[in-house]
Amino acid sequence: MAKLGKDFIAIRDLPKAHLNYLLSQAKHFKTFFSRPNKQSPALRGKTIANIFFEPSTRTRSAFEMAGKMLGAGIMNLQMSATSINKGETIIDTVKNLHALGVDVLVVRHHIAGVPKMIADHIPIPVCNAGDGYNEHPTQGLLDIFTMLEHCKSLKDKHVTIVGDIKHSRVARSNIYGLTMLGAKVTVCGPPSLIPMGIESLGVKIETNLKKAITKADFINVLRIQIERQQSGHFPSLREYNEVFGITSHSLAYAPPHTIVMHPGPINRGVELSSEVIDSDRNVILDQVTNGIAVRMAVLFYLLTGAEA
Amino acid sequence: MRGNRFNAGQDARSNPSPGQEGSRVLILNGTVIDPSQNLNKKTDVLIEDGKIGSLEKLSAADRSSADEVIDAQGLWVFPGFVDIHVHFREPGNEGSETLATGSRAAARGGFTSVLVMPNTTPPIDTPEMVRWVSERAKDESLVDIYVCGAITVGRQGQQLTDMMRMRRVGAMAFSDDGDPVSNAFMMRQALEYAQLTGAPVMDHCEDHALSCGGCMNEGKIATLLGLSGIPHSSEDTIVARDLLLAEEFGGRIHICHISSGRSVELVRQFKARGVKVSCETAPHYFSVTDAMVQGYNTYAKMNPPLRESHDQAEIIRGLADGTIDAIATDHAPHHDDCKNLEFPSAAFGIIGLETSWALTYTQLVKTKKLSLDQAVSLLTHRPAGVIGVERGTLKVGSMANVTLVDAAQRWRLEPKHIASKSKNSPFYGWDLESKVMRTLYAGKTIYNA
Ligand SMILES: [Zn+2]
Repeated sequence: MAKLGKDFIAIRDLPKAHLNYLLSQAKHFKTFFSRPNKQSPALRGKTIANIFFEPSTRTRSAFEMAGKMLGAGIMNLQMSATSINKGETIIDTVKNLHALGVDVLVVRHHIAGVPKMIADHIPIPVCNAGDGYNEHPTQGLLDIFTMLEHCKSLKDKHVTIVGDIKHSRVARSNIYGLTMLGAKVTVCGPPSLIPMGIESLGVKIETNLKKAITKADFINVLRIQIERQQSGHFPSLREYNEVFGITSHSLAYAPPHTIVMHPGPINRGVELSSEVIDSDRNVILDQVTNGIAVRMAVLFYLLTGAEA
Repeated sequence: MRGNRFNAGQDARSNPSPGQEGSRVLILNGTVIDPSQNLNKKTDVLIEDGKIGSLEKLSAADRSSADEVIDAQGLWVFPGFVDIHVHFREPGNEGSETLATGSRAAARGGFTSVLVMPNTTPPIDTPEMVRWVSERAKDESLVDIYVCGAITVGRQGQQLTDMMRMRRVGAMAFSDDGDPVSNAFMMRQALEYAQLTGAPVMDHCEDHALSCGGCMNEGKIATLLGLSGIPHSSEDTIVARDLLLAEEFGGRIHICHISSGRSVELVRQFKARGVKVSCETAPHYFSVTDAMVQGYNTYAKMNPPLRESHDQAEIIRGLADGTIDAIATDHAPHHDDCKNLEFPSAAFGIIGLETSWALTYTQLVKTKKLSLDQAVSLLTHRPAGVIGVERGTLKVGSMANVTLVDAAQRWRLEPKHIASKSKNSPFYGWDLESKVMRTLYAGKTIYNA
């Protein structure tokens, strides 16, 4: 099988075999968690730079944890908008990091396409930790990995993604990966937050939440950004909660085995009710743990040039 | 509709002709194609004192007395092309283009007349600025540089400029291009007041609230790339508004760089109702779609954005049925520092003068979507008519601006073909057919391949 690519930018561009390889590697790395000594020396001597142009606690700490478990050194750079506006371009910044000798760049940016642009300008591997509304491929991987802990295959499984699809990189990475694995994906949210042409990605649009979840094996609930209400995409948080919130009331319309997921951080009482968060119908904390395993798989694959 | 209520236009100053006293230039054996006089025949062109002297076959005696003889055997002989929408960035951004370099790009593309947009720094919004650009163009430019003045002071949309005073020193049209006139009442006043000048009001049709910071066409590709979109309605609603205003209040509205198919339909509909409207499109809108943005290609970023295949089809239909009056490049030079950026931060706009003819020929004539005559019209007398200048024609007595084209030349676009100071073209590597071989301005060769 072909060598994996230099970078990990998008699930959209990933051959299916590579997606499956990463999922199986993640499964292998997850077994480390129950060992007495969790660390492996696989990436000893390598340095990972987490370069975040947008604040993020959980993704950054998951990458950090994943790197540490593989024995790599970690460098965290929180870039503010001002440090870039002093005339230094993003490309200048990352060329400097390359010159410092880091081995892989983990990049988060609020603009779609930036990790790709960086990858085109430096020879070391780049891992996308979320770019604008484009993709969040490690989140997509961990969501799929978590689903696969509850079913053998995703073929013909129903997955409903609820929320702000338009401004969601998580939704896009989920859609690309899930459709690649044969799942039936439905997106649900206010029409003002459903992007034009999304159906061309092979998903169904259903704006009625109850109808959208009647067959759902998994419901992936997206975080609703408060700014979207301020910019007029929906009227109020209360209205959103009553129409699109996943509560024990709305969950009554889903099959009893439905599993609820959320990429975090959650707005309690807006997209998810506390009852659901604190019930056993969700796997939100499993997602957090699995986030480390899939990122170990991705970092290992980028830094060792493993063959799939 | 009331149309123009006032007589106008008599105050415009025509461009001076720098013809060469007593010189005789012959262009022999070419196929002369001039749609302004329905001419398409193999003949000779005699240029005397920088003007067209005759279009008859010349005798041996005529030939021997010439100062210069150009063999145009196998070439097409067109009127020099006219581009009514270019940005030459002077004053204010001479790092990306100047009147001199822009005029060289024009000559290379077969253009002998251009209309420069007023969104410079400072903007061209006073008679002094119009005069400054015109005077400087006289020293620096190889081609006619006509000046478009701003509609509002500072292009701020608040107060009309001194349109008549600008007209008297040569402003040929008015536009706040780069930005629309957002306030409908201001646009109404501009359309009414500008009737005094006889010059068209050119609008960059965009509703900023609908564009909402978008950076490409809103549609499937934007969704795929996770970029914010500019919907069609951002353009269409302002086109509709301008057409309704022109219908009710008169004036001459010109719609700049149409990219949306629905806007073409609107213009067609209002033309049929007798409204005085003209419009232009750019070669990129009939050549490519938003699919070109994939990979975050900032050379495919312009405003209005590249649209979809149904828009492309409607634009071609509009060119073929006469709804669209002109092919204009919206030549928008940008230094690579403004393009080698993350997509939303990159500048809008691409250059186009050097590729306009070849794209028109390759995409429209070769594919039989337009006749050769139609294509040449859209680059010559029809755009000249929009701004009311005696250009884009080879009629005897008119200025000898001539473009020689080799239809058989196939070439692949490379940066070395670009004379503009900026190189931001999305068409590198494209195989183009038909090439501008020579450009004459007032009988003088200003470009020779
Ligand atoms: Zn414009």
